[in-house]
Parts: sequence; C-alpha cells; structure tokens
Amino acid sequence: MNPQGERWTTDQVLALAPGEASRKAGGKLAAPEPWSETGADEAALWGQCKGSGKQPYRTVVDLNGPAFTCSCPSRKFPCKHALGLLLLWAGGGDRAVAAGEPASWAVEWLAGRRERAGRPAGAAPGGGAGSRAPAAPEAAERRAARRMQRIGAGAVELEQRLEDLLHSGLASAGRAGGGDSPPGGSGSAGGSWDETAARMVDAQAPGLAARVRELGSVVASGADWPARLLEECALLHLLDQAFLGLDRLPTPLAATVRSRVGLTTEAAELLTGPDAATVRDRWLVLAQQDSDDGKLLTRRIFLRGERTGRMALHLSFGGPHRPLDLALPPGLVLDADLAYYPGARPLRAALGERHAPAAPGPVPPGCGIDAALTAYGDALRDDPWLDSWPVVLTDVTPIPGRDGAGWQLADADGESALPLDPRCSGRASRWQLAAISGGAPVTVFGECGHRGFLPLTVWDPTPVSL
Amino acid sequence: MTSTTNIMPPTNITPTTNVTSSTSSTSSTSTPPAAASFGRVAPADWSALVSAALLGTERRTPPVAMRPGQGSAAALLDAAAVSTVRRRAALRPAPAGERPAPAPADPRPPLPPAARRRLSLLLADRGGAGGSSRRGTAPDLTELLPQWLAAADGYGYRAPEALLPELLDAARARTDLRSAALALAGPRALWLARLNDAWKFALRGIGGPAGFPLGDDPEGVRQQWEEGLFAERVALLTALRRHDPPAGLALLATTWSTERAEDRLMFLDSLREDLSAADEPFLERALSDRSRNVRATAAEFLSTLPGSAFAARMAERAHTCIGPDRTSGTTRISVEAPHECDAAMQRDGVAPKPPSGRGERSWWLGQLVEATPLDSWRERFADRAPAAIVALPVADDWRTELHDAWCRAAVRQQSADWARALLGAPGAPPQAAEVSPAGSSRDLTKLLAVLPGDERARWVAEFIAAHGLSDAFRMLGVCAVPWAEPLGRAVVDALDIARDAGSYPWSFSGVMGLAERCLDPAAADRLDMLTAVTDEPEGASPGSGGYWSEAFQRLVGTLRLRATMRAELTPPPAAPVPAGESARRTP
Repeated sequence: MNPQGERWTTDQVLALAPGEASRKAGGKLAAPEPWSETGADEAALWGQCKGSGKQPYRTVVDLNGPAFTCSCPSRKFPCKHALGLLLLWAGGGDRAVAAGEPASWAVEWLAGRRERAGRPAGAAPGGGAGSRAPAAPEAAERRAARRMQRIGAGAVELEQRLEDLLHSGLASAGRAGGGDSPPGGSGSAGGSWDETAARMVDAQAPGLAARVRELGSVVASGADWPARLLEECALLHLLDQAFLGLDRLPTPLAATVRSRVGLTTEAAELLTGPDAATVRDRWLVLAQQDSDDGKLLTRRIFLRGERTGRMALHLSFGGPHRPLDLALPPGLVLDADLAYYPGARPLRAALGERHAPAAPGPVPPGCGIDAALTAYGDALRDDPWLDSWPVVLTDVTPIPGRDGAGWQLADADGESALPLDPRCSGRASRWQLAAISGGAPVTVFGECGHRGFLPLTVWDPTPVSL
Repeated sequence: MTSTTNIMPPTNITPTTNVTSSTSSTSSTSTPPAAASFGRVAPADWSALVSAALLGTERRTPPVAMRPGQGSAAALLDAAAVSTVRRRAALRPAPAGERPAPAPADPRPPLPPAARRRLSLLLADRGGAGGSSRRGTAPDLTELLPQWLAAADGYGYRAPEALLPELLDAARARTDLRSAALALAGPRALWLARLNDAWKFALRGIGGPAGFPLGDDPEGVRQQWEEGLFAERVALLTALRRHDPPAGLALLATTWSTERAEDRLMFLDSLREDLSAADEPFLERALSDRSRNVRATAAEFLSTLPGSAFAARMAERAHTCIGPDRTSGTTRISVEAPHECDAAMQRDGVAPKPPSGRGERSWWLGQLVEATPLDSWRERFADRAPAAIVALPVADDWRTELHDAWCRAAVRQQSADWARALLGAPGAPPQAAEVSPAGSSRDLTKLLAVLPGDERARWVAEFIAAHGLSDAFRMLGVCAVPWAEPLGRAVVDALDIARDAGSYPWSFSGVMGLAERCLDPAAADRLDMLTAVTDEPEGASPGSGGYWSEAFQRLVGTLRLRATMRAELTPPPAAPVPAGESARRTP
C-alpha cells in the first residue's frame, strides 16, 4: 500500500491517455505478465515491461506531476507502458505492484525530478531564457523591433489582399475553387490562401497565418459560406488594423492583439519575471482535451478557481521529441498558483507552484443558457476575436437532432436552447451526452460561442470527457 | 464554421430587439470598445453587407460610410467587423426544440467501479486486433466481451450510461453480442435507439423479444398485430408466444390465410421455441399450405411432437421399410427403401426430388426415419434399448444411411439416449472413423449438444485423450464454459503433447483461442510451468519452442485476466436474489 498517497482510480489513469489508441494499448499492458521488477513508493511507480525486443522497457512514473519516463521509443505521452503500469497499480494490484524502494534504474530520474521540484516552480525551464535576455538586451530589443516591422509589413500586405478580395467580390473567390489554386493555375488572383498564409509565416506572424489558412477552408464550404467568409475577413481586417495601430490601444487590448498575431510570452517570465502576478486558488479541472494535427499534439486543460470563479486555460504542446508535460484528468482540484498571460480578457494561464496534491473535486456549479451567452458577449467586448468562452451549464437537457434540425441543449425553463457546435460531429460524444442525460437535466462544461456550444465534459455525477 | 443564423434567425439577433437581458443589452447597445477605436461606422444591415461583398465593390458601392482617404473595400470590412462582433455579442438563445421524453427508470444497480472500467477497456479494444496469426502474449480483449456481458447480466447490473453508445455500436457490429449487450444496456439504450437511426436494430426485437412491451390490453395487441410493421409483428408474436403460447397461436391464426408466403414462414418459425401438442391441429392444416417451405417447416415441427398423428403416420411408413430380420440366425436390420413418394408422403413433407448425387429411394427413406419418433423403434426391435439397436448389423450397406437418419432424428427430437448410443464410446480406437464414416453427413457436434452438459464434457475429454485435438475444435465449441475439469485437463495435456511434437502453435490457434476463453481460470497456476521456453525436440519446426511459450503466456495471461474480471464483478450489495432476478427479466 501507499502510506500516504491515495491510490488513483483507473478513470484518473485513463484520462491521462493521449488518445483512444493509447487507452487500448495501455489496457492491454495492465496485466502482471509482461511486467517485472515492479514497485511503488508513496510518490512513484516503476517497472520493467517486456516488449518485442530483447531488453525490457524501463518505465518510471512520478505521481507528483504526474511525470513519466520510459526507455521505449514511443512519442505518445504518457506511453502505453506508463499507462499500463499505472492501470495495473490503480486496478488494486498490491500483488502486482508491491511497495518498496525504487529500483536502481529508477532512482536517478526520480531524484532529478525531486531535486528540480525543490526549486522555485518554473525556474528550471525558464532559466535558459532568463539568463539569455540580460546578456544582450540591446540585441534582443533590435531583434524584437525587426520582428514588429516584419509583422507590420505582413499586416499591410494582408490588408491589400483582403481589400482586393472585397473589390472583386467574394463570389470570385468561390469560383476560383476554394482558394487552393488548381495545378497550373497558381498565381492567379493574387495567389491562394495557402500562399498568403506562407507569406504571413515569413512575416513571423503565425497568428495571422493560421487565420488566413482558416479562410481557405471557409470558401465554398456549405450554404452560407459567403457570410462566414465575410465575418472572418472582417475580423482579420480588424486584427490587421489593430496591430498597425498598436501604439494607440490600451495596454491590455494591445497584449491581446500581440498574442493573436502570434507574439508569445514566456511562461517563465509570467511566473517569475519582474511583473509576475500569480493567482492562488483551488482550481477545479473542468476538461482536458487533446488534439493532434499530425505535427503537433496540443493539450488544453480548462480550470476554474473555486474562490475567484475565474476560468483558465492551460496549453501544452507535444511533438516527436517533446512529450506533453502535464496531465490533469477532469474532476481534480488543484491548489496551485496560476499566472495569466496578459490580455484584455485573460484566459490562458501558466501553472506555477502546486501547494498540495490534486484531490477529487465536486460537481461544479454553473449557469443557464442566457447567462452563458451573456458571458460570451461580455468576453467579446474585451476581445472581439474570441470564438467562444468556457462556461459550465447547469440543468440543461440535450435534445438530439432530428429531421434535419441540429442538436440543442435546452435550458431548465424548457423554452430557450443553445445549438451544439456543429464541430462536435464526433458522433460518440453527442450520444454520450444524450445517454448520460436520458432526457433529464445535466451539468455540462464546454465552450459557448457564435457557432454554438461545444461540450467537453459532462457530470454523471463523475466527470465524463466528451 | 457556421454563421450565427444557426443560433437564431437574423431578425431575432439584431441588437436593437434585444432588451430582455440587461447585461446583453449593455453589450449590444454600446459599441464594443475594440470596434470603437477603429472608426465609427453607421450600423448597416448585415445581409446588405454580404451581398455587397459577394458582388465586389468594383461592381457596387457598398452601403457603408467611408472615412476620408479610405477605399470602399476597407470601409466595407470595417462595417462587417463591427456588425460581426455586435451580432456575436448579442446572441440570444434559440427556441428549444421538442425534448425527448425522459428515459424510463432503470432500477438495476450500477456496476462496481472496477467492473465499469473493465467494460470501458473491453469496449475500447473492440475492432482492434487484425487477423495476424502471431498474436503476441497480450490477451485478446474482444473475445472476452461476450462472457463479461453474460456475467454482468447474470448479476442484474445495468450498464453505465456513458458507455451506452459504445455498447450499442458493439451490439450493432457483432450479432453474437446483441442479446447480452442489449440486456445489460437496458431501457435507456432502447430510448437512445429510438433517437438514432443507426441503432434501429435494437428495436427490432432481435436482441430479445422479452423486452417487447406487451400491454394487458388484448385489443391493443390485436391492433398492433394487424397494423404493425413486419418486424414489430414478429417481435409481438414471439413475445406473446413466450408469455402465453395458445394466445400467440390464436393471434397468428386470425390472419394466417391472408399473410404472404415469406411472412407465413417467418411467423411459423417463431412458434418453434414453445411447441406443444396444442399446436398440432394448426400444424396439420399447415401441411396443406400453398408454400412448400411452410409445408416442410410444419412437417419438421410435427415430427418433434411424438404423440402427433403425423408422427404415427411417419412411424408406420418407416416401420414397413425397416425391421428386424432373423433369417440368418442372428438378428440384423433389413431395409427395404420406399419405391415411390406418394401424394400422402408428399403432403407429410417428404421432398420427392433428391439433391443431385443421391438415389431417390434412399433420400425418401432418410426423410421417413428422420421424422419417425425414435421411441417407436424399441417396439419394432423387440424392446431393445437404443444402444442395442444401433449395434445390430444392417443389411445391404444401408448402415450409414440409416444411422445418419437416426442421428438427425436424435438431434431433432433431442433424445439423449439415442445420441449417446449413436456416439458410442469416445475412446475406442476407430471411433473417429466409426462415428463419422466416409459418405456420411453426420454432425457429431449436434449430437453432442443433445447430451447433458457434464456427460458432453466427459465424452469430449475422452475423445481428445484418444484422438488429439485435430478434430476436436467444433466439439469443444458446444461444451459449457468454463470447461468442466476432465475436459480442461485433456485440452491442456493435448496442447502440451502438440508442443512436444514440434509443430507450430498456430496449427492449433483455434483450440488455443477457445481455451483462452473457456478454460477454468483456476487452471492458470498449473499452466504456468508451460510458459517457459523449452528445448525444442528433435525435428521440431525452427523457433517453435519460443512461439509455444508465447502462446502459453497468452493463455495464462488471459485466464488470469478472466479471473480478475470475474472478481471485479462482485454481486450487487444487499440486493436479495429474487429482486435481481425480476429486474433482469424486465430490462
């Protein structure tokens, strides 16, 4: 048994899995057979898993974090071995994972982690950046100024592109075939959206580039695409103009514009820099969602402070050689410091010091549909580029779409409803929502925006990720 | 991305009409600050902006105010941005559509947490593993789902709501899971299925007509029977028949003569489960049906009713063909196959035309014997027991034909005595050839299924001990799970012998797969020693030792996993058994 740390539930473990395939693979390894030299102490698990090769994989899990290391070559994080070991342990296998002293091969990594944990949070990753900046402040300033110039030039170019489009009409963009230039026909009408996006990447404005790429996917995509294209063009135009007039904007709005354009802020700077301002609260994990665009794995963790009531979004990114570094299953409460990224409507936050191990939390209180739309409207006043705002809805009833009508979440009064975001076409999640509701009201967390409501978690009353 | 019109018709989202919510009206009547700092543009009608944008400003001057020095395109973008943010900030709820009726309550207890997670894992693994012959050492979770479902159903648990969609998808993909999956899923799954066309199958009653709602109102049943769709009618008839067989028959009789031939056949088939002497008059009439298939099915049913007039007619015909012959001193069976298939025989379901390659007289004889009550032979052969009759020599090479027909009769009439006699002793050296001689169409597996469970397992165990595994696969398939002890040991020993013989384990992958699912988990400890890689015997296939070790590891792993799964499925707390029973019957 673990003397102090409570054993995790299998649900908690499964929530760490970066995908369905990992859940499955991990589940298969949640049996004693492939494992040897397993053990656990109050804060860690370790074991050797027999794989296809001669050498078994060595897997170590630090339960404070949690953090994982494994000698397997998987780019999944946590890998199936770590999941399997956790599942084996969570499944109650005292026999399978006995208490003991860490194996020699596990000690080093664990010791390294515990030593780092002893330091002020954020110091380790930020150390490099922080020490570089003061070394050559003038050079850094010059670099920054040059980048602002480049982005400015990109914004001007993009403005021209948008005005050209409006000049010749959106209909011509539709006829040109969705913006992707056909083979041989490239270069016509000022180039495709992809080309323009590439120009924005060259201008070091990834935020603009992403929006431009989106435009390409709107063209000729469904009935009312001209209206949607005009909306997105107009908001992009708004962003261009905002950046070009950055000096005249209030500081928070300027920060929003900078981040929307693609200028990033170092998390370490937020947590430990001279202007660091952290918020300590008991943060309830509302959702954890992963998306993989093939190159980059993005994990979004939504939190809400019990005391402050503030929403926060923690982003982490993983890639082939960069595993995701944080896993927080919905339902846990985290006593921790958060530092919000600057902006007129702060949402994204960096995680600082954690004051206590995560513990299971309650079903969160929420609001109705009117209040949810109001929250989104309020947020838009600060940041007009927001597509949605996270809200917890209480007592809403899912209404499955029938006969062409879309899915809805109906309010307790039964009269008003929010349509579900068409993007949640992942059939399973909508039907899970309906199944858990059974026609009765439920608590749902999700993103409320102009496309509708995108449900992420529903409570049954334990949180179920959708 | 979708326009805001999805949320509300444009007329309802114009900011000016929004006065109900103080907060939203603030955000809608005051220009958003971001937009304000980029120039004030008079609000313009959104659809006018869209049509201007579609046409292009070079063709039409947009209905927007231009700042000095600003082009019309930029002015149009300004106006569109303001309008977009305004409309988004002033979104109002849509009118709610019709809510689904609440799902009926499911009083069954929820699964224990560990079992719930297990189900989630089992379902997640669905449709995974490819068809590769080398399966590694990890258990095949997909194959364990059926027995897990059966065990959970047995305790009267209900499925976790969050897993219902996956459970329904699994039941849709695999018919063998359907009835157990739908039973566990319960009323809420049927509620869901009514909302999703992909799950319509669940309502068809295939999974369990027991779930079909039978009202107490005979008039309602009658109306449903007369107006329902075909599938609903089959479900209704099956349910009623289970509940009250004579009432089911009476219902069918009301419309029988007006049904289409295919439908008559299906309806007739739904009588199969609860046949009794009370059905005889109806079946007799069906022997004159216009459809040949209906006639044949009616004859088949009648032959399972030993006291029926039909059975007596068949016995009379068969007994004139077959009887004891004592002329040569010892008793043997003489056979004189029928010379014609007359109209009366045809009316009783004897098919006159044999399949190609069979003589018509032996074809007719086989049908007569198959439909003749087996008990009648005792009298015909001077009160001999079945085993003694089977042991009698048969004249003129009729032995295979006659025994095949008796085998079919034993299966049809579910006669354990005759099945036992026809199967004989499993260990006798020539048994494999003897019970299934060349030219025979005999199905041993079906005969085995007629025997009581423990006897069946014992017979198969002895068969395997004597003849090995090569012919045992289908026999094992009809044995009760988990395999009773002599059988489990016989299979393990035979696998061990097969390994020592040096072949590759995938020659036995069918039996291995069955063993993983069917061996008693308690056998795992005994099997542990087989997982070691042994020295390959001389002449063994290269590398076979390692593959066998892997196969045994998987076997042991699967058995342990099954034991764990079984332990996780603890009985529901404090639920008295009868309550669980009744809850299970009313899913």
